Parts: sequence; structure tokens; C-alpha cells
Amino acid sequence: MSSDQPFITDESQVVTETRDARMTGQGDRFNSRLREAFGSSPFILTKFDKFLNWCRGSSMFMLQFGIACCSIEMMHTYAVKHDLDRFGSGVPRASPRQADVMIVPGTIVSKFAPRMKRVYDQMPEPKFVVGMGSCTISGGPFQEGYNVIKGAEEVIPIDIHVPGCPPRPEALVYGVVKLQERVANGEASPVTVKPYELEEFSDLERDELVDKLADQIDEDELVMRYNFADSP
Amino acid sequence: MSLERPDTTDDAAIERTPDELEALLGDLVVKRDDHLNAPGFVIRPDTVQETLSILKEQAGYDHLSVVSAQEYENRYESIYHLKKFDDPTQEVSVVVPADKDDPVSESAEPVFRTADWHEREAYDLIGIEYDDHPDLRRILLPETWQGHPLSMDYDKDRPQIATLPEHANPLQEHYKDSESDTMFLNIGPHHPATHGVLHLKTVLDGEQVVDVEPDIGYLHRCEEQMAQAGTYRHQIMPYPDRWDYISAGLLNEWAYARAAEDLAEIEVPEYAQVIRTMGAEMCRIAAHMLALATFALDVNGDFTATFMYAINDRERVQDLLEDLTGQRLMFNYFRLGGVVWDLPEPREEFFSKTRDFLDQLPESVEEYHNLVTSNEIFQMRTIDTGVLPPDVAKDYGATGPVARGSGVDYDLRRDDPYGYYDELDWDVVTEEGCDNFSRLLVRMREVEESAKIIEQCVDLLEDWPEDERNIQANVPRTLRPDDDAEIYRAVEGAKGELGIYIRSDGTDKPGRFKIRSPCFSNLQTLPEMANGEYIPDVIAALGSLDIVLGEVDR
Repeated sequence: MSSDQPFITDESQVVTETRDARMTGQGDRFNSRLREAFGSSPFILTKFDKFLNWCRGSSMFMLQFGIACCSIEMMHTYAVKHDLDRFGSGVPRASPRQADVMIVPGTIVSKFAPRMKRVYDQMPEPKFVVGMGSCTISGGPFQEGYNVIKGAEEVIPIDIHVPGCPPRPEALVYGVVKLQERVANGEASPVTVKPYELEEFSDLERDELVDKLADQIDEDELVMRYNFADSP
Repeated sequence: MSLERPDTTDDAAIERTPDELEALLGDLVVKRDDHLNAPGFVIRPDTVQETLSILKEQAGYDHLSVVSAQEYENRYESIYHLKKFDDPTQEVSVVVPADKDDPVSESAEPVFRTADWHEREAYDLIGIEYDDHPDLRRILLPETWQGHPLSMDYDKDRPQIATLPEHANPLQEHYKDSESDTMFLNIGPHHPATHGVLHLKTVLDGEQVVDVEPDIGYLHRCEEQMAQAGTYRHQIMPYPDRWDYISAGLLNEWAYARAAEDLAEIEVPEYAQVIRTMGAEMCRIAAHMLALATFALDVNGDFTATFMYAINDRERVQDLLEDLTGQRLMFNYFRLGGVVWDLPEPREEFFSKTRDFLDQLPESVEEYHNLVTSNEIFQMRTIDTGVLPPDVAKDYGATGPVARGSGVDYDLRRDDPYGYYDELDWDVVTEEGCDNFSRLLVRMREVEESAKIIEQCVDLLEDWPEDERNIQANVPRTLRPDDDAEIYRAVEGAKGELGIYIRSDGTDKPGRFKIRSPCFSNLQTLPEMANGEYIPDVIAALGSLDIVLGEVDR
């Protein structure tokens, strides 16, 4: 190779070899499953939505969101032994603005629910939620607590529930992979009714409690109202 | 020998009999109300400060463990559980009844700084008001909560409102103080460095912290209510696992087991005690490993390798614990009077697995020293930051590695022995540095001490005669301790003194169940450590406290 043209490669050589390799199946480097699906052609014909869903499902950014006991098992799921990243979904992002998936790992209590709703709202669409552990299903062992929200679904919609107290990392991996599958097939994001919306204080129906707190709370302040009597 | 206390010649360390104490307090004592663990003196609600300062200054009771409050049919009551840092077996309870219609009691905050948060909690959950308290507002529940949930007439079904004022733009005018040019900064409740859901209200002047106020209660899961609704024998034991959930499950279970066993006078077989000791120390290693992992991450985001290494070691301990208990995290292994089952069969395999782990541990600890403690960046960030002088630590009731990192030689495993600890050879680790670095060093050296304890336990268990392997004492199917028996018992958890106060009411469920959480007291020291430091040092100080929010909020 002459020194005045350092980066010239013999193009015909490379292209031919690559194409040969594709057609004959030689050279593992090019033989991904994707390659197999494409066949010898470098083009694919698919629906744009389907392609995008496949992209979404194959690369999910998790929100780094620790609440309670389950977050310890969640950390283990991200870390060496279980390594969620193997499935293309193990990069925890500290900011909700960069995250696709929120794993809710723990008990939601009255003071935290509005904050969680806020974090969920800050995530860009499309967003998915994995509820980890019994507390996010029903309040779990703390269901009777005076301060405990009876399941995270009271506050935000949840796509996958992983039961357990806490679920083992393997269970969480299974849940996340299940979510990826559903996302890739365009099945995710069920619409659920959210009983506890985050509202401005002035929008709340005037009742005894609202009247009582009227002089303490700013009209613009966001509030969440809990009807514990109607909770499951 | 390592288990002997250093000699103290101080007058305050002299043990006084209950009658001598009563004479010392004189007219302040209205009557006696002895608890199972300590003499109790009933005093008038307006003489709290006077009584406590006599006990603190003249009798040497310098450790206010916990303030437990409760409501009776005819009165409210706050109990101040006092101890000595030099000898925690010397205890005294100061019982302060308050009027049923107008529950007001004098605050102990001027005498013990730690009473600040404890009394706020009592106000929040029970509804007792404390005169002379600097800042009496709700601590665990939202500011707008209606009613006091552990009081007798609380209606669980009434609607409640929780507010979220944090949505405002922090750079808006009202977040700035126009005169001093400070800035208000929210850290948390959702933030990777807060180790869970803690909210720090920070006021900054430039990059320096002028004031930091921890705002807790984002994980208040009503643990005390849960325990009060469960029966002694089986229904309470699963909950302690979930207080300090960083794998410290067995340590927490021991706190409940110890209190309830002493209350019901259950004798635990020696063999079970050895298993308990071994399991508890495994939990301590797991907990300290995570403390190390997250602390390194807090100090410098580039320490992800340390995080992975430490998690790897945790996985090894958790494997052992899973073999022993059948669970990775929430063990539910202790029972009143023993443990639920014997060591896993084949025993030799378990022992050799444990020994393998212990054999490679010195090497990993060495690796952490290479990676972390001898790292220059790490040292620059942690040495002489977050300084907590020993007298301040004592005033706030700090215990565990936080107190020992400030040179306070206080470890309940040695000072108030339980389990099999006093038969074994190990050392209490203290460091004199009082800074973030010392607290980490204490944890790392404690890991080595725990390994020593486990090794001795394995030796003992291996040679234990086959026919004496008694894992469970005879415990009645339904436990009904005597009516109005009261006890406060503590063990050394991973984070410090984890205590339980139980009052029985003659039924099979506790009348009042109060948890003394070490993290709750330790977290109170954060403003002392952080004010005047730079904002990254606050994060380092918080990491070195190694709080776990499940235990702070309960």
C-alpha cells in the first residue's frame, strides 16, 4: 500500500467476499438470525410499525428507580450474575427523560404516589411499566396499612406484573423478556383506568376534606386524593 | 481478651440500683412503673427536661435509644428509653403520662438532640404534642394527613390528600432568597444517590451547602401497625425482614426474636443460637458489601467495577443464605425459641461451601482495598469530609458503624451479649477518623470480623454431637404474655442498635410494638455532617451513613 493513499481498499474484493459469504453461509460474522431472515438481499420489506416495534423491543432503557426491598433484587438483576443486559434491556438511566421502561420495585405509599406519577409522566412515549413484587399488585404484605396504596395500578398503568415478595432476579428477567416480546409484537400498553389522578387542588370536588385544607394548600398545587374506603 | 471492656474510672459509669436512682431524682418521681428490661420512673409531663438532664449529667445515661409513645384508654404516654454508651446493660425508662383530652408533654430535645425526630414521629403517629419542641410537624405522613393513625379513634377509611409542591420550577423567584443569593435544591425522592426514596431539601450558597433537611416518609409502610395486628408466634416474624431489606433479614429477625423471647421467657437452645449467630453474620457481610458498593458509586460514578465486584461477593453470601434458609432476601428463618429448620443436608457440603467463601474473602477484601480505599481519588473525596465528632454522634443517638467510625466504642454484640457472641473470639472495630473514610473502613474491617465469627461457628457446628442438635425450644402454640408487661430489647443490626419495644395487653397480639431503627437516628446526623460542605460531599456523607429507607420510615 502506497503512503500517499493510505485508506484505499480494494472494493470489488470486499463486496464480492461479503456477498459470497452471505449467499453461501460462510463466515459466522455475517450470519446473524437477522441475516438469515433477510436472505441474500440487503433489503427488507416490512411494515414500518412492525420494524419500529422490533427496534423498541430489542433495546429498552430502564429507569433507575429504587423504592423498597425489590430494588435490591433489581440491582442484582442488572449486575454480574443475572445481567439483564444480555437481553438488550439492562441499561439503567437515571433520568426519566431517557427511559422507556419503569420497573416499579416496591411498596407505594401515600406520600410517594404523586411523585411516582410525576416521574411516570416525565418519561417520553411510548413507555412501559413492569410492576415488581406483590406490593405493586395489591399492596402485598402491607395491604392493610393505613398509608399504603393498594397496588401501583391505582396510580399508573402497568404492563407486566411480576409476583413474588420479592421476585427472584430470574423472575424479573422473565417478566422483562415477556414485556420485550409483547412490545416487539405490538401487544403492549393496555389502557387502564386510573382511579387516582394527579389533580390541581382547585379542581378537586369540594367536600369536607378539601374545604378543611383550603387555606393550607395552594390552588395550583398538585394533589392526589385517596379514597381508602373504595380501595380494593 | 477482646471481649473485655476497657476500664472506665468515670463516676458516670458506676452502676446505680433503681432505688439509688429514685433517690437521685427525688421528688421528680411520681411513682415506679418498672419494665422487664429496666426500672421505670413515672414523672410529670412538665419535668421531662429536668429529669433527663439529671440522669444524663449525674448518672451518666448518655444514650437516648428511643422515645416510644402510645395511647391508653385513659391517658397518653411517652417513654424515654435511656442507656449508657459505656454499658448498655444499664438501662432506665422515664415514663411521661399526658392528659387524654389535651396530650401535651415537655420536649426532651434540649437535653438529647435525637429526641427531635423521635418526638415528631410520636406527634405524627400518636398525636402527643411536645412543648418547647423546635419544629413539631409531621415527619412520616404527608403534611395534610388527617388524624393520627396509631391513636385509638383513627378512622382508616377516611379519604386523605397528599400534596406535591415540588412541581414548581426551582429557579423561579420564590425559590431564591433575594438577600443572600442562595438556591433551593431538591435531591430526591427519586434520585440514584439517595439509596431509595429519601428527599433532601438543600439550600445552597454557591456550591456550598447552607442547610440540608432530610424529608422522610416516602416508604412509611406502617410496619408498627402490621406488627400490632399480628400474633407473636408466627405472624410478626416475616415483617422484620422488610425493615432493613439489604439482606440484613436475620439480624432484624433477631431483634424481634430477642424482645419476644425475653418477654415470654423462652430459652433458646444453644445449637440454635450458634446457627443464628452464623446466619446473622452472613447477613452482616452481605449488608456491608452493598454499603461498600453503593458508597463507591456515590463518591465517583466510575466505581462501577467496585459495584460489580461487591455484588458478586453478595451473590456468594446470598447463595449460602439461600442454602440455609431457602430464600434469597426475605429469609423468615427465625422462630421464637429457635430457628425453623436445621442446616441443609448434606451438611458437609454446606460447611465446605461456607469455608470456600471464607477462604476467598480475604482476597476480595484485599481487592477492595486496592480498588477503593487506597485509591487517591476516593481518599480525596472521603478523608476529612462529613466529619461527625463523637460527642455529636452520641447526642444524636448514632450507633453501629457510624458511631464506631467516630471512635464511639459501642457494639451490643459485646456490650449486651446475646446469641453465642460472648463465647467467640472477635474484636469490635473502631476508627478515630470521624469522617466518611473511617465509616467505610469500619464496615470493611467488620466484614473480616464477621468472617472470623462464621468460621468459629462452622467449627462448632461441625463437631456438634448428633443427638444434641436441638433447633427449637418448646413454645406454646399461642403466646399470651402477662398483661401490661413492657420490654425494650435491642440487637446490633447491620446499621446499629435495632431495638424493639413491646407492651403486651394480655392477648396474643402486642398492644404496642415500637421499632427503634438505627438508620432513623443515624440519618438525623446528616445536617451536622453536611452543613458548610460542598454538595458532592453531602452525597458522600449520605452514602457513608448507609441508610436504608425501609428502616428509616418503617
